Amino acid sequence: MLLPKNRGFVHPIASDITPQSVFHTRRNWVATMAAVAALGPRVAWPQTSAAARGNALPGARSTLPGAMTMEKITPMADATSYNNYYEFGTDKSDPAQHAHTLKTRPWTVTIEGAVKKPGTFGIDDLLKLAPMEERVYRLRCVEGWSMVIPWVGYSLAELIRRVEPTGNAKFVQFVTLADPAQMPGLRSSVLDWPYLEGLRIDEAMHPLALLAFGMYGQVLPNQNGAPLRLVVPWKYGFKSGKSLVKIRFVEQQPATSWSLAAPQEYGFYSNVNPKVDHPRWSQATERRLGEGDLFAKKRPTLMFNGYETQVGSMYEGMDLAKWF
Amino acid sequence: MVLSAVSKAAVQRILQHGWTKPVLFALALWPLTGLVWAVSAHTLGPNPAETLIRSLGDWTLRFLCMTLAITPLRQWTGLSALARLRRMMGLFTAFYAALHFSSYAVFDMGLVWADIVRDVAKRPFILVGTAAFVLLLPLAATSFNRAIRWLGAARWQRLHRVVYGIALLAILHFFWMRAGKRNFGEVAVYAAILAVLLGWRAYKASRGTRYFMKLGSHSAKG
Repeated sequence: MLLPKNRGFVHPIASDITPQSVFHTRRNWVATMAAVAALGPRVAWPQTSAAARGNALPGARSTLPGAMTMEKITPMADATSYNNYYEFGTDKSDPAQHAHTLKTRPWTVTIEGAVKKPGTFGIDDLLKLAPMEERVYRLRCVEGWSMVIPWVGYSLAELIRRVEPTGNAKFVQFVTLADPAQMPGLRSSVLDWPYLEGLRIDEAMHPLALLAFGMYGQVLPNQNGAPLRLVVPWKYGFKSGKSLVKIRFVEQQPATSWSLAAPQEYGFYSNVNPKVDHPRWSQATERRLGEGDLFAKKRPTLMFNGYETQVGSMYEGMDLAKWF
Repeated sequence: MVLSAVSKAAVQRILQHGWTKPVLFALALWPLTGLVWAVSAHTLGPNPAETLIRSLGDWTLRFLCMTLAITPLRQWTGLSALARLRRMMGLFTAFYAALHFSSYAVFDMGLVWADIVRDVAKRPFILVGTAAFVLLLPLAATSFNRAIRWLGAARWQRLHRVVYGIALLAILHFFWMRAGKRNFGEVAVYAAILAVLLGWRAYKASRGTRYFMKLGSHSAKG
């Protein structure tokens, strides 16, 4: 395939540059922060802003190649009201309605398996583990829709390096919270709980694999996987586990929930691939949500969700139809 | 049997009133009006195409249930005037089915016929839904009085019994659509309603057959 010179990220057309409204939102926010800072620490924060509720989580613009797509950002209202988080129900609107029961403090993440420094991290330690970055990623759901979301977090690799995986750590398994007291959806038999996901160690170490704590400059809303989740932008959305409680380093390819539920439909890799259809539907195109236009045409899905330049080399020589 | 003689007569009078059909017609258009309003006001949520297609599917199934409920209701209550509303309800079922299918074709498939054909072949639940819609077309096309005369009452009735098969395809379409998430709550409700409505007919038919068989044997002797 004829590709332009590899500059590390796709910069398609001028009209995809951040809309003015988003730009101004950010400017207003910066202005608010400056005003609050000027008032001094003893003055109460304005009650209406995200900062007032202690929700602000700023991140420095990422300089990582590919991490800042210029595409139009999906409105936050859409990204926080149209979710797949089956622990809170299988309808898209269920998580936003029911996830208020999720308790995100205290919260710990246990690291175990083939690492030299296993242990349990508190959420506050994890928040301070590495500098927060803002990264604007495309999110492609296996169901055929997509969004563009500004996440806040740092590369999963930052955490992995600190726990020092041994030579036996070939894969990483992610275990998410499964507490029936907080999660009404666990009564459903749609999946076996807890929800499990996994990556190959090189995928997990890839700098684009993000450990996210926030989105849109705020801490993650519960329905989006608070207090911390994975975001693997070149794979279908379900690979990015929410509300992580355990990260396990293992030698064998670990079990993942969807491939346990329907092995012929969902593989371990689940890389976004327009040329490999889901057995029941085409993956060639996707509907970009939040554009408000009923008549908007679906757009072609990009190989590795548009991150081929950054991640393609990890899959060189692999038959991606076999390792779907 | 359910209603007292007085109230039955009153309901019967209302059903026969000249305004009943126009009012029912307006009511049957209400779901569409609501959806058109929601489209223009951008209140269909983050995925308006999906919401629109699914709402139209829901209303198709509801109108199918209402259409199939008319004859059993008439038999249970003795409200014979219900029969005059059946054709309109049947046509509205076909109307919402046509809107459901065309919104899928336009908003989900971009009206690319090659893609539609491939999708119908690829997804069993789309195939079943399409089959139900295609089977509904001859029924809608032969709904007027002259068609009954052309076909003859017996043949017309035989043709229109296809609606029982359509009901089974429709519930299978809904079941398969929800199977991905094993979310069968609503499917069970519609399946139960259709089971009662079709079961009642099967029960009547089996009794009727025996009755006529008995009648036949008697007359043979007589």
